[in-house]
Amino acid sequence: MKVSMSVNGKQVSGDAEPRTLLVHFLRDTLGLTGTHVGCESSYCGACTISLDGKAVLSCTMLAAQADGADITTVEGLASNGELHPVQEGFWERHGLQCGFCTPGMIMSAVTLLEENPEPSEDEIRQGIEGNLCRCTGYHNIVRAIEYAGAKMRGEEPAPAEWENA
Amino acid sequence: MYPREFEYIAPSDLDEALAALDANPGAKVLAGGMSLLPMMKMRLLSPDAVVDIGRIAGLDQISDNGDSISIGALVTHAEVAASDLVMEHGAALATAASWTGDRQVRNRGTCCGSLVHADVAADQPVAALALAATMVAVSSSGTREIAAADFFVDTMMSALEPNEILTEVRIPKAGPGTASAYDKLGRRGGHTDYAVAGVAASVTRSNGSISAATVAVTGVGSKPVLVGEVADALVGSDGSEAAVEAAAAHATCGIEVLEDLYGSVAYKTHLAQVFTARAVNAALSAAG
Repeated sequence: MKVSMSVNGKQVSGDAEPRTLLVHFLRDTLGLTGTHVGCESSYCGACTISLDGKAVLSCTMLAAQADGADITTVEGLASNGELHPVQEGFWERHGLQCGFCTPGMIMSAVTLLEENPEPSEDEIRQGIEGNLCRCTGYHNIVRAIEYAGAKMRGEEPAPAEWENA
Repeated sequence: MYPREFEYIAPSDLDEALAALDANPGAKVLAGGMSLLPMMKMRLLSPDAVVDIGRIAGLDQISDNGDSISIGALVTHAEVAASDLVMEHGAALATAASWTGDRQVRNRGTCCGSLVHADVAADQPVAALALAATMVAVSSSGTREIAAADFFVDTMMSALEPNEILTEVRIPKAGPGTASAYDKLGRRGGHTDYAVAGVAASVTRSNGSISAATVAVTGVGSKPVLVGEVADALVGSDGSEAAVEAAAAHATCGIEVLEDLYGSVAYKTHLAQVFTARAVNAALSAAG
C-alpha cells in the first residue's frame, strides 16, 4: 500500500506493507536513521517522534496509521546549520553519553517544551518518564532541557554546574 | 519485531467498520494500538485483518449528555486526564488516565481501548466499575448498553462480541455530595506502570453519613472487580478513619488473590486494603 505524510516539512510517500511499523518506514524507506529502534516493546522511548505535535512511539504505530500526518523527527530540528535549542542544550550540558536514547529524549523534550514552555524540574522528569537512558545520565539531560527552555524563552540559561565547582 | 501479515482496513465511517468486522471474522479493532500492536509484534495475537477506526469522525469527543458524560472510542488517556468534565464527574478515571503508561503511551492509547483490552492490572476498568459506567457497544445489528459490572468477564476478556465496537463509555454525572478517587502502587513504584494493586472508589455523603459507595480493585486477582463487602461496610457509617479502616479490611473479599512477579498473596492483600482506605478517604474528602 502507498502511504503519504509530511516529514520534517517535506511531503513524502512510499510503499509500505500494512504491518510496516512507522519507525521502519522512517529509517528504511525514507533513510531517516536518526530515529532509533531500541526496545521495540514500547518501554524505552528511543523511537519517539513528534506526530501532529505530540510525542509518540514510532515503533508502536503502523506506517499506515500515520498516512496524512505531520511528523517531525530529530533530523527536522536544526535549521540552516543552527542547532535547535534542545540540541544545543544537550551539547552544552553534556546531555548524552552513548547517545542511543538521545533522538528520543530530544523529541520528548521538544514536545514537552512546546506544551509547557516553563517546566519545573519535576515536570521535566515527568515529561521524560517514557524515555530510558541506558547510561543513566538523567541528571545532565534534565539540565540540558532546562538550558533549552531558558533559551526558548529568551532567557540566559543558568551556568553549568561544573563552572561553579 | 513486527507483526505477521494482515489485511489493513481503514474505514471512513462506523457502518463501513462494522461491515468490515462482519466480513472478516477474527478481525481486531485498532484505535491507539498501545495494547494491540505490542501483542501483535510479540505474535501473541495474529489477526487476519485489522480494522483501524482511527479515521472515523465523531469518535474523538468527550461530550456532555445532560445527565451523563461520554468518552468516545478515540479519546486518548492524555485527553481524559486533561478534561475538566471528566475531573468533575469521574475524578477516578481522570486520575487513572494520568497514571497510565507514560507520556507517549497516553498520547496514543485510548480509554475505550484500555477497557476492551481488560488487562488484569489496568487502571481504567476499576474506575469504570466504581463510577458505574455504561459501555456502548455497536454492531451491524444495533446498539447494546452493557453495565461496567457485567463487562469484565475474565482475564483480558470483556463482554464485547467480536463484531462489536465500543464506541463510547458513558459515566453518570456525579450528584451533590458524590465524589470518586483512584489510588495505586505501580509496578515501578509510585504510580508508574501497571498496578500491583489499585483501587477506585466512589462515595456519596449525605447528612453526615455515607449513603452510597462503590469500590473496585485491580491488579490483585484475575480481573478487575467490584467489592460489595467494602461498599456495604461503608454505607451508613460516618466515614471516620476507623470506619474506613474497618471497611477496607474487606478489600479482597470474594477475590482469589494471585501471586505474581510483583508480590505475594499476603503483600497484595495488604496493598489492596491500604489502597482501599486511601482511595475511599480521598473520595470522602473530595465529596466534602
